[in-house]
Amino acid sequence: MTATRLDGSDAGSPAHPARETSPSQGIAPKPFPRRFHQARWDEPIIFELSQPGARGVLPPAVDDEMRAVAGDPLAALPPEIRRETPPALPELPQLHVLRHYLRLSQENLGVDLNIDVGQGTCTMKYSPKVNDQLIRSPRFADIHPLQDPSTVQGALEIAWRLEQMLKEISGMDRVTFQPGAGSAAIFTNVAMVRAYHAARGESGQRDEIITTIFSHPSNAACAKTAGYKVITLRPDPSTGHPSLEALEAAVSEHTAALLITNPEDTGIFNPQIDDFVRLVHEAGGLCVYDQANANGILGVTRAREAGFDACHFNLHKTFSTPHASGGPAAGACGVTEALAPFLPRPTVERGADGFYLDFDRPQSIGKIRPWYGVMPNIVRAYAWIASLGGPGLREVAETAVLNNNYLMRRVLEIPGVSAPYGADQPRIEQVRYSWEELHAETGVHSEDLGIRMADHGTHYWTSHHPFVVPEPMTLEPTESYSRADLDEYAGLLASVAEEARRDPQLVAQAPYASTIHRIDPDWFDDPDRWAVTWRAYRRKHGGQPGAPADTHG
Amino acid sequence: MADSTAHQPTADRPRIGLLVNPIAGLGGPVGLKGTDGPAAARALALGAQPQAGHRVALALRTVADRWPADSATPVVVTVRGAMGSSAVPPGLETQLLDEAPEDPSAGADTTRLAAALVAAGVDLLLFAGGDGTARDVYQGVGQTVTVLGLPAGVKMQSDVFAASPTAAGELVVAVLTGRSRGTREADVLDLDEEAYRHAAIAPLLLGSLIVPAAPQVQGRKSPSPPTEATAVAGIAADVVDGFEVGRGYILGPGTTTRAIAREAGIAKTLIGVDALLWTDAGGQLLLADARADQLEALVRRQPSSIVLTPIGGQGSLLGRGNQQLSPGVLRSVGREGLIVVAAPAKLDALAGRPLFVDTGDTELDLALAGHMQVVTGYHERTVMPVVAA
Repeated sequence: MTATRLDGSDAGSPAHPARETSPSQGIAPKPFPRRFHQARWDEPIIFELSQPGARGVLPPAVDDEMRAVAGDPLAALPPEIRRETPPALPELPQLHVLRHYLRLSQENLGVDLNIDVGQGTCTMKYSPKVNDQLIRSPRFADIHPLQDPSTVQGALEIAWRLEQMLKEISGMDRVTFQPGAGSAAIFTNVAMVRAYHAARGESGQRDEIITTIFSHPSNAACAKTAGYKVITLRPDPSTGHPSLEALEAAVSEHTAALLITNPEDTGIFNPQIDDFVRLVHEAGGLCVYDQANANGILGVTRAREAGFDACHFNLHKTFSTPHASGGPAAGACGVTEALAPFLPRPTVERGADGFYLDFDRPQSIGKIRPWYGVMPNIVRAYAWIASLGGPGLREVAETAVLNNNYLMRRVLEIPGVSAPYGADQPRIEQVRYSWEELHAETGVHSEDLGIRMADHGTHYWTSHHPFVVPEPMTLEPTESYSRADLDEYAGLLASVAEEARRDPQLVAQAPYASTIHRIDPDWFDDPDRWAVTWRAYRRKHGGQPGAPADTHG
Repeated sequence: MADSTAHQPTADRPRIGLLVNPIAGLGGPVGLKGTDGPAAARALALGAQPQAGHRVALALRTVADRWPADSATPVVVTVRGAMGSSAVPPGLETQLLDEAPEDPSAGADTTRLAAALVAAGVDLLLFAGGDGTARDVYQGVGQTVTVLGLPAGVKMQSDVFAASPTAAGELVVAVLTGRSRGTREADVLDLDEEAYRHAAIAPLLLGSLIVPAAPQVQGRKSPSPPTEATAVAGIAADVVDGFEVGRGYILGPGTTTRAIAREAGIAKTLIGVDALLWTDAGGQLLLADARADQLEALVRRQPSSIVLTPIGGQGSLLGRGNQQLSPGVLRSVGREGLIVVAAPAKLDALAGRPLFVDTGDTELDLALAGHMQVVTGYHERTVMPVVAA
């Protein structure tokens, strides 16, 4: 039989030569872009797969001898916690459960599957799998936060040690891990700001929080949620960051705090940040540093040196714990001694007899979330930092900055894209680009380009809404990706932009190789249509009333 | 009265009214800053090529391409020739009015034919042109129909234009298939082209058209962004919350300041400067469409503030269309007496440019310059740079 080439006719186009492969003889070059096609299973929801009576596990019936010894095991349960009817869970054999979730896993572009540099601001770095082995150890996985502290000394020690690490990284005096996510951490900091001013009798007077338009919108949102008025600063187009004069126009005796991200989502670092802090302090306000964009400044600069009173990190961004699709994340809030009395309780302390939980904190803002933190992520972040050490963290930052500026150079070679604000400035760890020029020329939106990227097994995110940068694209390559990865990603962007010029409709109607076509985003905004539970879905779309207990769906 | 190119009934099918200003945009490429009056002939003599028809075709092709297969296909209702049917690409059904433009057509044709299209029954009136065309359409239809401008002119400071022909096409589909976010009032600005050509930009607020609210885009990280209408309602609530009993409030022109007046319980002229007194019982109208001398008298006898919104895409805060707010009035009220309001989208559209003041009094302009807080929503402000023109 003669050897046949693997579709050699498709091996690269003139504009994009085939990707380099092994030089060994007889291996066909791989085409560029990849001829990716995502799986489409039309998989039903697991509740729809339920077959009454089907079982994954059939435990043997209790035999008479055991029954004679143990009696009725249910008799020990108080009547008020016994169900009257079985739970309405789907009934499936094990194979069907496994197959269902494998199919779903094939229907998304997970972080471990694609070159995930397109989810800018999210710091989609590699989460080392060895750290997951640690948290799966029964010695960790089987403990419970209600156990007596004397029986979970190891877990408390890891939390305490991670606090020492983040104190060193931020320069702050105390750190809490209680918040379950970045926005929860920002809210925690705002709650501490409120408690601080209340303790000084100034909460009535200080009712304004200042932020910037390229800080994370959670800063403004959390301030609003906590009852503050919000004043937003916009960047000076030439420098890319707000001017001191703009801040002066916002600061007053009403200022409770400045909540600021630096570098902002443009990737531009505000070099006047210490002057910003000084101005706000002079007016009696506090300064809170949103360090969600900290990946490019680890070991380079700290909240302390700029004079901040508080800061927060997202362990799931900078410190590699998984993002988990809105699942368990973790926020860490750092504060100076002056704010420490207001930290959520309990704090983890080290005493003469070991580690303990301190609930006796009369000025505490209380609880942001149950227990003392998302322990699996505390362990992962601890392991990640310990594996790198101080010099390693700095190398992370330097590599992330290098990757970002290399990718920016490659992206800006593509006609039709620009990096608005602060022209020619190097960026820290991410860039918010604009496809305004390409859009004017072709009518194709940035959104369309990002979706067309999905036909090649990757994607990108535009920006928070409303768009301040027109036709935006936000890329953050982190330290995890190789030069070859970045070249491939930039090549895909160039290829998609070229398609937009050649055949705008092709891009505007994409995707073609994805699990689903476009979805109507209005569904996400309509409480009568969205459904995040099966019960809600049946009630809203199946004409079935919700069960009496279902008041939250 | 109207003939149809197809025989199927059009009763339940969406009807797109279409009017094209065939000479729109002629002046731009040859540097004439507009195409009103004799400028069109000059532009043609200078070698300008008509652009509007091409842009309309692009928009309508987008409509045809994006039209959902499960929706009844639309009918384009228009007039014969360059003001309509010539720009309709193949594949879209048209229905022609008997009325026809004069040859050559003029602004009066736009006004007359826009009214005729509305009389013939359209669900949305799409017009291609610039600010002058918007003005003529406004004079013909007022607020009787939802209108969308397809940008084809030289000056497009009115807030009624889609961002591009494609965007216009997408918006038409969204509106006619029930996927839009409702409608909003949008400013129509009338520019004095002769003044504009001589670099003295003087946009005047003429009225407002009903336009579709911008549709949502995909890929959000955050939930539903507020619509402009929500922002304006928030601004109105915020400003009126801050009103002090016994104080006078002078309201500049614009839809945003009119929303504030409505919140305060009074009816306001759209393009005039009005004044109210805030009392225990709410707003009490003091002056409607006031002149500078009336306002000067008011601020002498009554502690007052001025509520202002930037007009048009240039970021003009004072001196364009609100000259009633004379240097005398402004000096009495002072910089701290200015309450500046704007929906965030209006500030975003400035793309980093500052607001400007041009009161005719250089010293006053310099005193007003600097950074100013602008109310952008309920309990929300943005700091904007203000420069002397």
